[in-house]
Amino acid sequence: MNPQTVPEKADRTIQFQNVTYSINGTAHHTIVSEIRFSVGAGQTVLLLGRSGSGKTTLLRLINRLLVPTGGQVIVHGRPTTEWDPIRLRRGIGYVIQDAGLFPHFTVAENIALVPSLEKWDADRITVRVKELLTLVGLDPAEFAARKPHELSGGQRQRIGVARALAVDPAILLMDEPFGALDPVTRAELQREFSALARRLGKTIVFVTHDLREALLLASRIILLEGGRIVADATPQEFPRIDHPEVRAFTASLDPLRGAQA
Amino acid sequence: MSAWNFFAEHRAEILEATVNHLALVVVAMAFAIAIAVPLGMLIVHRKTLRNFALGIASIFQTIPSLALFGFLIPIPFIGGIGRRTAIVALVLYALLPILRNTYVGLTGIDPAVLEAAEAMGMTEYQILWRVRLPLARAVILAGIRTATIITIGVATIAAAIGAGGLGTFIFRGVAMVSDAVILAGAIPAALLAIAADLLLGWLERRLKIV
Repeated sequence: MNPQTVPEKADRTIQFQNVTYSINGTAHHTIVSEIRFSVGAGQTVLLLGRSGSGKTTLLRLINRLLVPTGGQVIVHGRPTTEWDPIRLRRGIGYVIQDAGLFPHFTVAENIALVPSLEKWDADRITVRVKELLTLVGLDPAEFAARKPHELSGGQRQRIGVARALAVDPAILLMDEPFGALDPVTRAELQREFSALARRLGKTIVFVTHDLREALLLASRIILLEGGRIVADATPQEFPRIDHPEVRAFTASLDPLRGAQA
Repeated sequence: MSAWNFFAEHRAEILEATVNHLALVVVAMAFAIAIAVPLGMLIVHRKTLRNFALGIASIFQTIPSLALFGFLIPIPFIGGIGRRTAIVALVLYALLPILRNTYVGLTGIDPAVLEAAEAMGMTEYQILWRVRLPLARAVILAGIRTATIITIGVATIAAAIGAGGLGTFIFRGVAMVSDAVILAGAIPAALLAIAADLLLGWLERRLKIV
């Protein structure tokens, strides 16, 4: 046996082992079923699918906002059910569509939330906030003291990313983070985030319904349909997969061609 | 006798009654806030207690105020004739608006904000104190404002059980069939209500976020 395979296995940061999730545990309210995939350290996996395909549910199973009704989700080698949910979540960055910034906190306080929960001292927090604002392309002197309502949608989402990175978590979960932005801002943030993700080497699970975004950011694309995985491929292989849902998504890239098909 | 003359002649007495009235309202509101706000925080995650607490508070509101004062008189410790009984009745009356607004304020938070808080590893307790409560301040204060105005009005009836206040003039005026005497109680009570409304309304706007 090749000794190299052991560290490789331990390297799987997130594993879904035959995971099913249904509301109240009843079969006819099944949201996702028989989900099997794993995410290696430093990979960016894009969960692609239509609304209601179960992609957000998968994300929420990783940080134990939801608990599987069948199978288990393993994070850093331990099932989520064995993790203290608070400890698990503080080690996982989370970015959502509307950013979910705290309206009563300044930008600096929003970014500092997890560090302050982790009882970092004030000086360390100040330094870290400046570092993160610079990282996401905002001038600390100009933005640190602002309130979320004084920011544009794109700026709010940058703060959302900075906040998720605050304690330098190994895993980043992103739920359509750029979905509500105008196309120009979205493209700008996607480009910057793609560069940032490569530089930081985080393990990222990213939910989207936009194939273009998936092709740009992913090291792997997992396509969901009706709560099941129907494709799992690299961005290079993905468009060539022969499956109706894959064709539906590739057609969405070119609306004119889609209309003819 | 004109109302104006009566006012001029009984200045000191009216002022004293106004101060008494205000004292009744302030003490009753302090108790009502001390009970209803923590209770509102407690029922955010407890459904059975929530239905029970909101139900009981609603029932108090439906009892006609004069009857509520009457019911309390024979009850030992809290009952009897005088200020203490009046304060108990006023507290029971003020509970519902504060309790309901506290609950609505704490639960009416943008779901994205609550989701982010939970996903970042805040405990339920931290979410309540650092997220829900600061964001609900203005709504809670709106409940306190409504309750204060109700209490100022209902407190005039407290005179019927010997608690003093501006109601004294109103009851006396009704007995004497004298508009002047009634107005000596009613006008200061109305002015108190308007002042409280303006002051608390201003505070509510200051607390509002965004």
